[in-house]
Amino acid sequence: MKGLLILSALGMLAMLAQIFQLKKLLLPMVLLGIAAAFVSNAMEWQQTFSFEYFDNMISFDKPALAFSGVILLTAFLWFIVAHDYFKTGTHMVDHYVLVLFALVGALMLCSFKNMTTLFLGVEILSIPMYVLAASKKQDVRSNEAGFKYLIMGSFASGFLLFGIALIYGASGTFDLAGISTYIHNNINDLPLFFYLGILFILVAMSFKVSAAPFHFWAPDVYEGSPTLITALMSTVVKTAAFAAFMRLYLMGFAEISQFWAVLLSIIIALSLIIANLSAAMQSSVKRMLAYSSISHAGFMLMVVLANQRSNISIDALLYYSLAYSVGSIGAFAVLYQVGKSGNETFEAFNGLGKRHPFLAFCMAVAMLSLAGIPITAGFFAKYFVFTTMIGTSYKWLLILAVITSAIGAYYYLKVIIAMYFSPASGKEEMQVEGSHKLVIAISVILTLALGLVPGLVAEVFKF
Amino acid sequence: MINGIPINMYMMLSVVLFIIGVVGVMARRNTIIVFMCIELMLNAVNLLLVAFSTLHGDTSGQVFVFFIMAVAASEVAVGLAILSMIYRNLKSIDSDLLSKLKN
Repeated sequence: MKGLLILSALGMLAMLAQIFQLKKLLLPMVLLGIAAAFVSNAMEWQQTFSFEYFDNMISFDKPALAFSGVILLTAFLWFIVAHDYFKTGTHMVDHYVLVLFALVGALMLCSFKNMTTLFLGVEILSIPMYVLAASKKQDVRSNEAGFKYLIMGSFASGFLLFGIALIYGASGTFDLAGISTYIHNNINDLPLFFYLGILFILVAMSFKVSAAPFHFWAPDVYEGSPTLITALMSTVVKTAAFAAFMRLYLMGFAEISQFWAVLLSIIIALSLIIANLSAAMQSSVKRMLAYSSISHAGFMLMVVLANQRSNISIDALLYYSLAYSVGSIGAFAVLYQVGKSGNETFEAFNGLGKRHPFLAFCMAVAMLSLAGIPITAGFFAKYFVFTTMIGTSYKWLLILAVITSAIGAYYYLKVIIAMYFSPASGKEEMQVEGSHKLVIAISVILTLALGLVPGLVAEVFKF
Repeated sequence: MINGIPINMYMMLSVVLFIIGVVGVMARRNTIIVFMCIELMLNAVNLLLVAFSTLHGDTSGQVFVFFIMAVAASEVAVGLAILSMIYRNLKSIDSDLLSKLKN
């Protein structure tokens, strides 16, 4: 909870920075604030009880703290990479504020215990993201990305709210625990519109995590937004949306899982097939990463489907989101460097192995991790997900996942082949700032460390 | 029963409003009308929440409506700002022109 308060205060402080001429101090201040939030988060983790606030609307229990930790860590790395983004353009303070408030929304999504805080979390996270997606004002593509994101986001919010209203109509409460009790007491005579409500929320959340067939906005939005904002979307926003998904379906609606599990399995199967086949056909690396994030959404939803209320399920999701966030931050940081020339296709990576061996190596590690090749974090992430699925009746999905990740390896390796085996088109020198090198190196070290010692996270997460 | 009108009628009305909103978002090309249709969807939800809130004799549903109104207003504020930016670049707000991002 202290993390949430620190971030909110930081956001307000950043708004004042414009007036008090503190622009130069803003980045260190923000980094310090996020570090403080992370530390207070870790201190709350040490406590044995969970923190409940606002009439149990927000509860920082262990899963909430763990996911907040992942989000704060990626946000810290992101801010170091993104200081460039804040230098260009005129409204740097506004951009800081928007990102900070988006983080507040993300933390709320990790910790909600009530439909009200779920809705507010979704909106506090999304509305700044709409603005950030459209933040390249002169670029029509960025405008289009922001607009599409806004329309699709508010469309999904409409569905979410309709679902919440129907569930409220049946149960008479917004409280997640209350709804769970209501399901328990009326398991045999739930009204039809209650099921409809759960269906609507499923559709809305699939929109938010960009799972097929509700994914169509994601590639366009990811491609049109500034690269660094895309990095934020595919790490922080994704982690928060999955934390919310898990909280809602494993804590709220777990008891009628036989109703939504079938639909969820179809969503997962479609995500895996459509995303991997489309990603293989892309010529732009950014668009390929967008499709890859859809296919990772499929994997992460499998954890929710496995529906094991023990720690294993939450643990697998936590590990996956950490591995995916760390890998993506590295990949997007490299893509940002390479894409500075204005070209973000596979050809832009040609001969990077010679032009800048360090970047090429880090990109290769990130790609291998996203593809799930051993000794990287991605391998164990997939392995843990598959373990949770073993005991369920959805073995066909497991087979499909293995086949589609083989297709996935093809397009990730395409980047590596372009970097090491294709001749360089231009001989231009690449200038990489020290801070970028630092973040890229940290992401590689974390990816390899998580891959070599997977127990690092699994052991921490005992409750 | 609320004021002699069964709750089903309220539900039916808000479902009809919601469907009009959904169809409008998907079918219309004028972006301003798309925004209006999204508002319609949200207002259908508001109606439903207020009706259920009265039915259950529980005020939290009505409090939720205030949150929805506030959020809808801020969403439209952002939306119209983005729209005016698009108009400055394209001199049009037809959503068919927004197709720069394709494979």
